[in-house]
Formats: sequence, C-alpha cells, structure tokens
Amino acid sequence: MSLRICTLYPDLLGTYGDGGNAMVLGRRATLRGFAVEMLSVQAGESVPLADLYCLGGGEDGPQVRAAELLRSEGNLANALRDGAVLLAVCAGFQLIGNSFAASNDRQVEGLGLIDVETYRSNEPRAVGEVIATVTAPTLVGIPSLSGFENHGGRTRLGSSVTPLAQVTSGIGNGFDRSEGAVAGRIVATYLHGPVLARNPQLADHLLSWALDVEDLAPLDDSFHDQLRRERGV
Amino acid sequence: MSAINGASRLTRRGSGTVAGGRVALRIAPDLLAHLTAGRNVALVSGTNGKTTTTALLVAALKHSGYFVATNDTGANMPPGHVAAVSRGERFGPVVLETDEAYIPKVLGETSPKVVVLLNLSRDQLDRTSEVRMLAERWREALSSFQGAVVANADDPLVVFATEQAPNVIWVGAGSAWTLDAVGCPLCDGQLHHDEGDWRCSTCMFRRPSVAVALVGEGNEFSVDLKGTVHSGVLALPGAFNRANAAMALTAAEVLGCDPKMAMEGLGTVSSVAGRYGTSTLFGRKVQLLLAKNPAGWSALLDLVKAESCSLTLALNARVADGFDPSWIWDVDFEQLSGRKVVVTGDRRFDLAVRLHYAGLKVFVVDSLEAAIAAPPEGPMTFIGNYTAFREANDQVLS
Repeated sequence: MSLRICTLYPDLLGTYGDGGNAMVLGRRATLRGFAVEMLSVQAGESVPLADLYCLGGGEDGPQVRAAELLRSEGNLANALRDGAVLLAVCAGFQLIGNSFAASNDRQVEGLGLIDVETYRSNEPRAVGEVIATVTAPTLVGIPSLSGFENHGGRTRLGSSVTPLAQVTSGIGNGFDRSEGAVAGRIVATYLHGPVLARNPQLADHLLSWALDVEDLAPLDDSFHDQLRRERGV
Repeated sequence: MSAINGASRLTRRGSGTVAGGRVALRIAPDLLAHLTAGRNVALVSGTNGKTTTTALLVAALKHSGYFVATNDTGANMPPGHVAAVSRGERFGPVVLETDEAYIPKVLGETSPKVVVLLNLSRDQLDRTSEVRMLAERWREALSSFQGAVVANADDPLVVFATEQAPNVIWVGAGSAWTLDAVGCPLCDGQLHHDEGDWRCSTCMFRRPSVAVALVGEGNEFSVDLKGTVHSGVLALPGAFNRANAAMALTAAEVLGCDPKMAMEGLGTVSSVAGRYGTSTLFGRKVQLLLAKNPAGWSALLDLVKAESCSLTLALNARVADGFDPSWIWDVDFEQLSGRKVVVTGDRRFDLAVRLHYAGLKVFVVDSLEAAIAAPPEGPMTFIGNYTAFREANDQVLS
C-alpha cells in the first residue's frame, strides 16, 4: 500500500511556490523506502482519497472558488474525518477556517475545518521573513520555523485550535504573536518558502502522522541545514 | 510650454540619464508627450522578452534604414523613456520597452502607432500587483486605443487584456507557461489547452484566429505574415526568441518596414544587453542568460537541457529580484535530473535544496569567481536572475 500525497487545486492555489511542499514530502518518503503516489487535483475534478493533502496560497478570486468547490464536494472533509493529514498554507489556511475576508471586504464562508476567522486588516500587508518558535503541543521537538509570509488578512484562533508557533520576527496571524494553527492532524501556516523546504523536520512530522510511523530514518539534510543557518534559524 | 522646453533642455544636458528624466518629469509632467509628439512610437511590454523584442524591433527598423530612439538600458519606466528620447535620434520612430504597470500611462502620453504585448505571468511575488489586475488595467486602457495592438493570441491573459481594442493583430507566438492563467479571465471557468488551441469550457472566450503565425519546423524561423510566408535565420536561440521575433516582425511591418528587410534585421541580433552572446568571464568563455521568473526559467531550461556544457545557476533575492524566491519550486528543474550543476548567489542554499530534490548533482560555491572556475574546463552556460545576472555581466564589462 502506498502513501498517497495529494496537492489540491494547484491551478487555483499555486501562486507562491507551495507546490514544493508535496514534492518535499514525496521525496522524503521515497528516500526512506516508502512507495509514494503523487496526486494532483485540478479545480472541478473530484478530490481523491489520500493520506496527506496540501493546500497552497493564491489570489482572492481563486481562493473563494477553491473554498466553494471543496465545500460543495465534501471529499476533503470526509478524508480528514477518517484521519488524513492536511497542510494548509496562507490562502489555504484562511479558507479552511469558519470564514475569511475576500476582495471588496466581503466575509466569505470557509470550510469550517478549523475554528479560525480571518479578517481584512487596515494595516499594510504582512510581507517578509518570519522566524517562529514551535509551541503546538503535538509538534514538540521541531526546531524554530523559517519562512516568508505575504498576506493581507489577520487570523484569530478559536478555543479548539492551538497556535502552531510564536513569531520571534515577522507578523504571523496578526492578533497576537501566534503563527499558524494546529487542530488534530491539520497544520495551517502563513509561511511560504515553501515551508517544508525551509523546515524539513515539520515535513517529517507530517509524514510520521500520515504513515503511522514513530521514527523515520535520518536523511542527508546538509543543504537544508545550510539554508536554515543562512536564514538565521 | 517654457517649463517643457526648460525641462527638455535640462534632460538633454544631463546626457539623458534616468535621474535627469525624473527631475525633468517633476518640472514638466507631460514631457514625454511633448518629446514624442509627431513621431511614430512603438511600445513593447509583457512579463518576459520585452528587452529582447525591443532590441529585435529596433534592429529590424535600423536595417530598413530608419533612425531609431530606444531605451536599451533596461530603464523601462517614464523617466527612462524621457532619457532615451532626449538622448537618442531626433527623428524617426521611437521604440520603448515599457514596464507592464506603466502601459496605461505611457499609452495615454505617447499615442503610439503600435503596442506589442507579449505575455503576462507572475513576476516578483512580494511586490507586483496581481497579474489579473494588471490585465484588467490593460483591458480598460486599450478599449479606446486607436493604434495597432500586436498581441500574443496564445496567452489568454493577453487576449483578455486586448480583445476590446479596435485594431488588434493576433500573433500565434506560442506559450510554454500556462500555470498562471488557467482560470478564464472572463468567467473564472476552466480553460482547456489542446494542441496550440485553447478555449473556455464555460463561456465564449477562446483563442482568436491569428493573422500572423510561426510556421517553421524545429529551429527554422519562418513566419506567415498575413498570408505571405517569410523565412530567415535568427542568431538568438530558442523557441521563445522565435516568438519574440515574430512579434517584432509584425510591429516592424506596421511601422512601414518591408518584411524582407525586417527579417534580415532580426537576424543581426546575436546578443541583447549582455545576454545570449558568449562573453569572457574570469578568463573563461561563458554564455550569459537571464531569467527572472518561473516562465523565464522554464524557457531557458528548455534551451540548456539539449546542451552538454557546464552549467552554473545563480539566485539572488534583492529588491529588484523580489524578496521571496519560493517560485523556484514552480520551475521544472526535474528535466535536468542527473546533471551536474554549480550553484551560487545570495540564495544559493534555497536553490541547492530545490535542485537536490529535483535530482541534480549540486555543488554550492560562495562566489561568482569560484563558480566560473569550477571544473570541468570548457564552455559554460550561466543562468542568473536579475541582480545575479547583472553582477556577472558587470564582470564582463569591467
């Protein structure tokens, strides 16, 4: 049985290089000898059953469309209920919440997969490098996160989700020093880079959830290590 | 009027520098309109290929006997335009490479005879307005434009931006990059691409029928220009440059060139602002190539995957490059899998991680000089993004 990694709507949410997250996950599983099946769903196609889903960042219009499509077809929500893992980045993070702000200040209904709300902010877009200390109890041991944020919205977390991390530089969710959100096997973040290329330990943690394996064999991460040092973590 | 004349003299005295152009525009905001009045103006814009297409069009015009004023330094906003026109030939056509965001403004000021629109894709994620908004602004500006628009029919966003213009010459220039424009710009429906044709699955939006098309096989450069086939030889490599040349040829004809002479002129261009030609860098023969964004990198990888020479890739993320290099994950480096590559630039480790995952054999070095000195001996191709390329090109000039 192979590990199925599915990138959702790269044609709508593929603007910020987040497609790299699935590539990192797939390769790190393959290098450890797991059979991997890489899937990609275009807008309008039905979402297949997978172990690990990736949602990326994108522009306002496509974000609203992705939310509509995912809500109306329901396969993602069902798969998550059955234990699948989801990594949602930026626009993907916002659209899996209860609601998010779209263009012309419209508050749009999200998928309600995690208890967060995203609002339009009058402050300038949050654009730049981020360093954040991982605080989510289920992700202890993962070293500080490095990434690049680029978002106008500010996200408030509800009581049933925990922050992924606390920013030491950058903006993150915007209401406090929190960055991202974790609820069960859903990890959401504002970080591009892509986030798993900058933070391979986070990639391995998601893999261990999806594969139900406690310890994954170490890999040669010297380029990752050098990149992280160069980015200041 | 005296402000204009004063500003005009000032710019000319400042030997037509961009800084001079900026000062002059503050004194006389309509200076560009004044300087280009009565002259045939061509604007060239798009995310990729505008510098090359501008150079090709200028070469076609010069070979046809025209004196031409042009901004060949890469300064493609109004201060650079003012500087170029002040410094350049006083008579004959004016060819201006124009930053995408400035098309509406420069269109209004220069009333061009022809506007060449190549393509629209992502560039500098953290800074530029979204490409769709840009297309909307072009569409509005062009809807009442009386001159000719030479537009790439294979780029749906360009078609969206230009279809309401009264006088469009559609060129089948091709597009290797479809990732940014998959949603229909009119109705958000899905666009289907099929063997050079494309259409929206929901509404009537589709590829317009073209008046100009590339008809050559392989590396042959042949263009069907409004029913007559013209053939020539290009010194610039790659399918994307054949597309640029077809667009330039179409614009040259609008500006009054005989297509045969224009074709010959296109063939005289072998290097554009240091690119494509072979240069000597730290004692080694190096072909320098510039790629600024995913579409540009994809086009160049297509070109180098057929070659066996040493390859150096350089990535920076400075102001002019955009601060977020995440887009390297959208480039299909996998097609170079197994190949040895030397990596340098400020963001060499981002690139190293990307290429490592793509299956290349990556060697990271911390200086341009070390990259150029890397074994084995023999010819080398260097691809850099904007400031990384400029750094290499400056070494050639110094």
